[in-house]
Amino acid sequence: MKCLLFIVFIGFVFSQSKKHSDYLETIEGSKLQIQMIYLLGGEFQMGSSPKKRGSKNDEHPNHRVFLSPFWIASYETTWEVYELFLNKVNQARKDGRGVVNLNIDGVSSATMPYVNYNQDGFPAINITQYAASQFCKWLTAKTGNYYRLPTEAEWEYACRSGSGDAFSFGDKSNNIDKYAWHKDNSGGVLQKVGLKNPNLYGIYDMHGNAAEWVLDSYDPTAYIERSMIVKNPIVLHKDLYPRVVRGGSYKDSAHMLRSSSRGFSSPSWKKRDPQVPKSLWWHTDAKHVGFRIVRPLQGPDKKHLNKYWVKPKKEY
Amino acid sequence: MINHKKTRYSRRGFLGQASRLAAASIVLGRLPAKTKTRTSVDGEIKVAVIGCGGRGTGAAAQAMEADKDVQIVALADAFLDQAMDCFSSLKEKHGDSGQLMVNKESVFTGFDGYIEAINLADVVILTTPPAFRPIHFEYAVKQNKHIFMEKPVATDVAGIKKIINAGNIARQKKLNVVVGLQRHYQKNYKTIFKKFKQGKVGDIVSGQVYWNSGGVWVRPREKNQTELEYQMRNWYYFNWLCGDHIVEQHIHNIDVANWFIGSVPVSAQGMGGREVRKGKDHGQIFDHHFVEFTYPDGQVISSQCRHQKGCMNRVEETFQTTRGNFTINGGGDGIIKNKRGRLIYQHDSSDDINPYQQEHNELFSAIKAGDHRLDDTQRGVNATMSAIMGRMATYSGKVINWDEAFSYDHSLVPELHSFSDEPPVVPNSQGKYPTPIPGITKYR
Repeated sequence: MKCLLFIVFIGFVFSQSKKHSDYLETIEGSKLQIQMIYLLGGEFQMGSSPKKRGSKNDEHPNHRVFLSPFWIASYETTWEVYELFLNKVNQARKDGRGVVNLNIDGVSSATMPYVNYNQDGFPAINITQYAASQFCKWLTAKTGNYYRLPTEAEWEYACRSGSGDAFSFGDKSNNIDKYAWHKDNSGGVLQKVGLKNPNLYGIYDMHGNAAEWVLDSYDPTAYIERSMIVKNPIVLHKDLYPRVVRGGSYKDSAHMLRSSSRGFSSPSWKKRDPQVPKSLWWHTDAKHVGFRIVRPLQGPDKKHLNKYWVKPKKEY
Repeated sequence: MINHKKTRYSRRGFLGQASRLAAASIVLGRLPAKTKTRTSVDGEIKVAVIGCGGRGTGAAAQAMEADKDVQIVALADAFLDQAMDCFSSLKEKHGDSGQLMVNKESVFTGFDGYIEAINLADVVILTTPPAFRPIHFEYAVKQNKHIFMEKPVATDVAGIKKIINAGNIARQKKLNVVVGLQRHYQKNYKTIFKKFKQGKVGDIVSGQVYWNSGGVWVRPREKNQTELEYQMRNWYYFNWLCGDHIVEQHIHNIDVANWFIGSVPVSAQGMGGREVRKGKDHGQIFDHHFVEFTYPDGQVISSQCRHQKGCMNRVEETFQTTRGNFTINGGGDGIIKNKRGRLIYQHDSSDDINPYQQEHNELFSAIKAGDHRLDDTQRGVNATMSAIMGRMATYSGKVINWDEAFSYDHSLVPELHSFSDEPPVVPNSQGKYPTPIPGITKYR
């Protein structure tokens, strides 16, 4: 425990002395801002030891991962921000610094999911991983900064905020009500972002509220093959399902909200779309799933921008 | 006061009609029931899809999922490209199933393609824009087909009357008819309705029904389109084709009010307009309607439908009762609360079957068993007519009562055979279409 505290302390000192810093991304043409937190990256333990109570097979074994620095949004993406993208508030930058031509790339057809109470300050939910990723692409074009969904490793690193425990706030869930919305305190409904305490990095709602899309495909045995330290791991398969969501949601019991707990998507999330082909943009039964964005310190070169933006896949 | 004059299709007559006719057909007994109808099926069940957009394609897929003996044998659409898109989409998932039996000779296009397609089938899926539903339904019934048809069933009163007449004949012929008001096939709705009928919820005092959303697709005008082709591609924005979104979408929520109250409304009054959606490809329809529907026992249901981006969305029905309130929606919620706001019941829909699939499961199981179990026409008529009455109220700014609405000589859909035919509305020199103006417009 002493050792752990020390690590957390070091992390804290580092984050105070870092060269790059947190910032507010402003979206031209609106008064909205996205708060981005800078994370140094480095090595951390991903997954869970089989000895940990409550951990599942797909989290085993815990293994060493090295991550490059990145920024992560301190809040889950909210409706008022997501709807800027949907409602096409001046698509490209006026000063021409936009790195992507959105009209050519056909982002213009994004549609709103069927969701009640899409109020300001609440996470945007029931949208596909593709839609969340296209939001990142739109934001990239708008700002000139490269945004994408987090990798599963980046997400877990940001969630842990230096902690090797089951939760960012300790091994036991006694304190969970201070940090997270879950089954027993949410009243069965999604909550406004940022109402609970942040983790040590200043990031809110990593545990609970909306589960969050990451880039990775779900492979329950992925960690087994990682014997040596792995750098910036990511699992990308072509199949649309299952893909990973992290953090658990307001519908889940506390143990599903653990830092290493892995959720995944399923075709049933579109079961009530009456049309064929089904919508690229929204789910019908993923009202517990939202997303947050990251920006790598070192973005990919122009040729590889699309590698980290999810490809559309028709569903019949 | 509301005038309850008894026209042929009076409100009370409307509700009683289904049961009276059922009785009549038992008495008469010698109606041409089984001429060509496949009442019991051992082998394949042949299905034709009339209207091959996203919804028609979805319904075809659900039909194939419902029963392995279902074969899609014909596709009809006004547009060849839509029929071909439908075929390739179906092929993706069902190409190897042996259920997709469409070939070059069984794809039909243009305005009259439905005739040959229907002739080839035992069951038809009617999923064109609603303007054409009455003639398609009429023909399918005439040819003794079982029917799945999407809501709404018409866009005008003339169409409604056609549907009623054909529906009566379908009933006599014992044809199964499912109307795509899928909330009736959705578990949370059925569960709450059962509890309501058992008296656990109290009597309905008032209610609010909503379809507030950001709106739907727009298909801008393209070069070389005739005026009629443009309107049929961009059909959502033309009253004669779509009925306005109060009829095309919000019908679901108004239908739920009819269902739970057990009646159609006596009258409607309301307001609406085009506040933000009024561009050149936005045709004629309003972007919002707010209607008060008054029911026979005096309950008033407020109905809101909005197509405006950036606003709060809500698609749901909620009712205040003598014992509390309850709320239901297509998302699977079903919540009952008592007068103190305490939760009495909360539906868990996580394992519920998709209601769009359930519609087809029930339809094909009835057909296979040779039973006449499904007769949704009256419900479809009641819901469509209620929504049309609401539209008449918002367009005119006047109170409209049911009998009056029904007696109105109201026909929006012309007979059409070619894309060079003139549509019922045309744009002015600025490219704008006539739009309803409350206080001036008379019901249309």
